[in-house]
Amino acid sequence: MNDFTSTIRAGLAKRYARERRFRLYGVVSLSISFLFLLVLLFTIFSKGLPAFQQTYVKLDVTLDEKLLGINRDSTEDEMYSAKYSKVIKKSLQEMFPGVEGRKQKRALKNLVSKSAAYDLRDKVIANPELLGSQQTYWFLAKDDVDVFMKGKIDRALPEEDRRIKDYQLEWIDKLSAQNRLEKRFNTVLFTAGDSREPEQAGLKGAIMGSVFTMLVTLLLSFPIAVAAAAYLEEFAPRNNRWVDIIEININNLAAVPSIVFGLLGLAVYINFFGIPRSTPLIGGLVLTLMTLPTIIIASRASIKSVPPSIKQAAIGLGASRMQVLFQHTLPLAMPGILTGTIIGMAQALGETAPLLMIGMVAFVAEVPNGVFDPATVMPVQIYLWSDSPERAFTERTSAAIMVLLGFLVLMNLFAIILRKKFERRW
Amino acid sequence: MTDVLGTLPGMPTPDPLESGDHKPAVTSRDEFDVEISGTVGVPFVDKPKMSSRNCDVFYADKQAIFDVNLDIGNNEIIAMIGPSGCGKSTFLRVLNRMNDTISICRVTGEHTLDGDDIYGKNQDPVLLRARVGMVFQKPNPFPKSIFDNVAYGPRLHGLASNRSELEDLVESSLIKAGLFKEVKDDLLKPGTGLSGGQQQRLCIARAIAVNPEVILMDEPTSALDPIATATIEELMDELKENYTMVIVTHSMQQAARVSQRTAYFHMGYLVEVNDTNKVFTNPEHKLTENYITGRFG
Repeated sequence: MNDFTSTIRAGLAKRYARERRFRLYGVVSLSISFLFLLVLLFTIFSKGLPAFQQTYVKLDVTLDEKLLGINRDSTEDEMYSAKYSKVIKKSLQEMFPGVEGRKQKRALKNLVSKSAAYDLRDKVIANPELLGSQQTYWFLAKDDVDVFMKGKIDRALPEEDRRIKDYQLEWIDKLSAQNRLEKRFNTVLFTAGDSREPEQAGLKGAIMGSVFTMLVTLLLSFPIAVAAAAYLEEFAPRNNRWVDIIEININNLAAVPSIVFGLLGLAVYINFFGIPRSTPLIGGLVLTLMTLPTIIIASRASIKSVPPSIKQAAIGLGASRMQVLFQHTLPLAMPGILTGTIIGMAQALGETAPLLMIGMVAFVAEVPNGVFDPATVMPVQIYLWSDSPERAFTERTSAAIMVLLGFLVLMNLFAIILRKKFERRW
Repeated sequence: MTDVLGTLPGMPTPDPLESGDHKPAVTSRDEFDVEISGTVGVPFVDKPKMSSRNCDVFYADKQAIFDVNLDIGNNEIIAMIGPSGCGKSTFLRVLNRMNDTISICRVTGEHTLDGDDIYGKNQDPVLLRARVGMVFQKPNPFPKSIFDNVAYGPRLHGLASNRSELEDLVESSLIKAGLFKEVKDDLLKPGTGLSGGQQQRLCIARAIAVNPEVILMDEPTSALDPIATATIEELMDELKENYTMVIVTHSMQQAARVSQRTAYFHMGYLVEVNDTNKVFTNPEHKLTENYITGRFG
């Protein structure tokens, strides 16, 4: 055994210890991040899951022609503007006789959502034969009742600290005893647009807005970015001052705060080109600006990594540069390009800041039908709901986050499937 | 190349070929200090298939090839030998204008194929590359099926009018490349799944599917084992009947086995061209002798 061997042997234990420590750091940091992720998911899910259920109230309503002031021969307009809330109020009063005082009467009316009257209206217009008869319907419960039914309001609290007063509790208990309260799956959350009333508020407007916005973003940014990347990689002259400037700019654009793109969209698209604000079109245009650098950089890296031997083989056989690009380079680069695109789109899907600048933060109750309709998007909807004072919006905010996360997971899944499909081995 | 992206972390480094840094020249040694004064031997033949006169090639400011004059005869195999960085591959790529793909590369001189100017205004590089095929050092089949690999050229140029014609063409090309027996049941399997030697024969089949007149081979066997090499050499011998071939090789034994004529390149100069027998038994130039006797290289 010579000197070197003993020196090496002496140092070995230290080296291995260092390796073990390094591995430990990795495990620790991974566990910490995993823990945080779990905490985050747990809070979101535990808060949001109740929002997928909604309390309904069963009422026996008499569609009194006199009270409504219409009959079977009335025009649709007259039927539309009749006061259906009176019928509902009467039905509640019959169920709970002897309620006195303005405040208590209002509280009684507020057991069911305002949408009950609209429900009734739609039913009557669809079938005027109902007029004059007595019917039993399930109506949406008001948000306070819903929150109480989900156990978020403590009965044991003193009355003045409770949103539900003692007399309301009495009504609710009576309704429960008669099996007139029931929790069902909250379809409103997925079929309605936004509303100031939590029980009527839904995500459909925001989901459709996001879908249209993403569609515009994808249709614009993918072809432009891939074309730009392909040009810069395969056709642009090397060592050209202009090409260098363009490259520097694209790389720096990826680091520009997103709100700046919103300001740009406001100044250029809205003020100069006069594109209607708050629409998925303008949102898509702004988000395109934001995602372009991401996709271009990913596409360039991906195109660059296509083995030159494949391109040479095609050129050697007499393929033109265009044919090489479309038959070999792009198909082989496609997995990477798609990954970049999905990353960019996921970023855009979760983006709020630039959309605030172009009016997509507005309260939009209608579900948009196209890219020209005013709309909002999911992250903005989450922001709006989290800002609302009603207790029932807290769980809906978490539910909206869950839906957004669901869409992100879906997009990633889609990306993985596409990548697997396009991936080729050599 | 002062590419901005190249300086960013995480970006793949560009292919050295694309960047234009050609292989470093051999460092000076005593055996090298022999004066080169023009080409010795017989660089010209009667009725050449291809010919080059006063060929200079520059990579940006660096000159890689100095005044090369060479003829390539019909249906012959000419071997190009020489140490790394001597310009033999660069010269090969002059013949089918592959150097066009390197933006900083500049080629001067007169180059003809059957008397037509290769670099002339009327010459279409696509047509030229269909007439002058190429096989590369590293087997580079497309990540497609064996059939699609061979069918790529004919499809590209519209050489088969229907499916059965295409199938015939693919089959005959594979037969000529000596690969058909081995793959006839696996035509739809990926070409990249073959062994190295089979892949290289697939590349040869792909090159001859468009029926070129000249086939350029850039060290076609340097990535293969001796058995696969022997197969390819036999194949070249058979192909000689119909094609003119130019082969760049580092193996002097290979040059001696397959070629009729041999050209020795050195530091960008064409030093000697002679019949292969003569080059390997009785070289005219001192440098050639030093190289083939293994004093260097």
